[in-house]
Amino acid sequence: MPFLEVKEIDVYYGDMQVIFGLSLNVEEGEVVSIIGGNGAGKSTLLRTISGLMSSKRGEILFEGAPISRSEPADIVERGIIQVPEGRRLFTLMSIKDNLAVGAYSRRAEADAEKTLKEVYALMPRLQERENQVAITLSGGEQQMVAIGRGIMAKPKLLMLDEPSLGLAPILIKDIFETVRKIADQGTTVLLVEQDVMHSLRLSDRGYVLEHGRIVMEGPAKQLLEDPHVKTAYLGL
Amino acid sequence: MITILEDTINGILMGSIYGLMALGLTVIFGVLKVINFAHGSLLMVGMYVAYWAVQLTGLHPYLALILVVPVMYLFGYYLQDIVIKPIYKAEKQVREPITVIIVTTGVWYILDNLSLLVFTPQYRSLPDNPLRGKMIEIGSMLISVPKLWGAVTAVLTAAAIYWFLQKTRMGRAIRATSLDREAASLMGIRQYSIYNITFGIGTAAAGVAGVTIVPFFNVFPTVGVLFDIKCFIIVVLGGLGSIGGAILGGIIIGIIESVGPQFMAATWTEAIVYGLFLIFLFVRPSGLFGVKYDW
Ligand SMILES: Nc1ncnc2c1ncn2[C@@H]1O[C@H](COP(=O)(O)OP(=O)(O)O)[C@@H](O)[C@H]1O
Ligand SMILES: [Mg+2]
Repeated sequence: MPFLEVKEIDVYYGDMQVIFGLSLNVEEGEVVSIIGGNGAGKSTLLRTISGLMSSKRGEILFEGAPISRSEPADIVERGIIQVPEGRRLFTLMSIKDNLAVGAYSRRAEADAEKTLKEVYALMPRLQERENQVAITLSGGEQQMVAIGRGIMAKPKLLMLDEPSLGLAPILIKDIFETVRKIADQGTTVLLVEQDVMHSLRLSDRGYVLEHGRIVMEGPAKQLLEDPHVKTAYLGL
Repeated sequence: MITILEDTINGILMGSIYGLMALGLTVIFGVLKVINFAHGSLLMVGMYVAYWAVQLTGLHPYLALILVVPVMYLFGYYLQDIVIKPIYKAEKQVREPITVIIVTTGVWYILDNLSLLVFTPQYRSLPDNPLRGKMIEIGSMLISVPKLWGAVTAVLTAAAIYWFLQKTRMGRAIRATSLDREAASLMGIRQYSIYNITFGIGTAAAGVAGVTIVPFFNVFPTVGVLFDIKCFIIVVLGGLGSIGGAILGGIIIGIIESVGPQFMAATWTEAIVYGLFLIFLFVRPSGLFGVKYDW
């Protein structure tokens, strides 16, 4: 039984279909990348898994249980946590409060203090600036807070939507390094990215999403060598 | 000179009570992004609950808080849950849902007319309550005791709500929802239950305001109309969603109202209040304490 199983989902915005019979699965402990260009449907897919949108057809199972009709909060309680595209921090709240909200769910609440220590160990800068208001942080720092907030929720499956978006190359390395560490600590990661090189390098497997359809899947190493991936996504 | 000082002090006291009246409006707007046109009616309901609690038990008006706060909290909670939430859900994708505003207008009419039906248009007051007509003499100045109690209550209520929002788990969840409801729901926060709680808090605050005015003010079914426009002005002046801003906005209005008539006809002070409101709308729509950043 796969950890996360997405089965043949169709997703629409109003009358416009943007995801077409999409299936994928993630095993426990894996790091899986979903790569694809702008408008391919990556965010829509994550939003659907998180319950912010619903699929018209198909099914989503997590640890064997159907979650396609669950409320976002119930999906969080099951341990699927999304770090959304564009950080989406609580801009006027301090770093500390942002992280505290991350541990809002019942399953994360009890361990909040302990998890906070882990987050600070992983990203010491956040502790140095814990009282700073989120909106005053740089893009890279904001992304760190967004990831930290996600960890505070004690994810079983952590989904990251383009964490490298809009960051300078040196910061991108930091972010992927952090994701690497999170995965090494045993968290299952579903990573959505346009930075194909970095994301596939730290992934076990990958899916290529184009126009709302999975057009290719396989071990990350194999995708990195694939001619289509090379020309379309790596500019080689 | 003394009269101006006296008027200023009494204006500050009454203004703080105005601020307390506006508190619920600003809290509800801050989180739900909806101007609650039923706010005056919530004040009215709060006044009636306070009035009857005191009238039937003969207790000190402020002891009515023990009853008014929970009753009004539950009233607001279920008003949002049963009447407003379904409309919200229907307009899920809309950021500032206009139909919700229309529904709150409907709630206003229904509550005012229900109260007309149940309580008749009769003016009611609490003539024997221990605060009525009491004054303190400071030098040659007379300061109203019930307004002083009201002002202290206003500041304490604002401080309590502020503390709750800043320091508690639920308060943080409410702030998070007000800043980004979708990101909040990705953290496991149930948006609609936050809306219920927020509406409950805002309504309870209106109830506290009701308690502070019944010792010196008549209660009647359309009494809310006297105050609701004032509340809207205060909230815009202080900054939509700002708790300190509501109290300060209230105080500004209170001072203009009480000191103004020294210099001009009372109708002019009203014109000044509205003028100030317009100027703020044009020049600084975010109010005194409103944040520049978009929520
Ligand atoms: N709120 C929306 N309303 C209508 N169409 C949308 C909305 N959000 C995204 N889309 C469309 O859905 C498609 C997929 O978008 P998205 O999932 O954001 O892609 P990606 O994350 O891969 O860039 C795009 O064609 C986009 O224009
Ligand atoms: Mg996207």
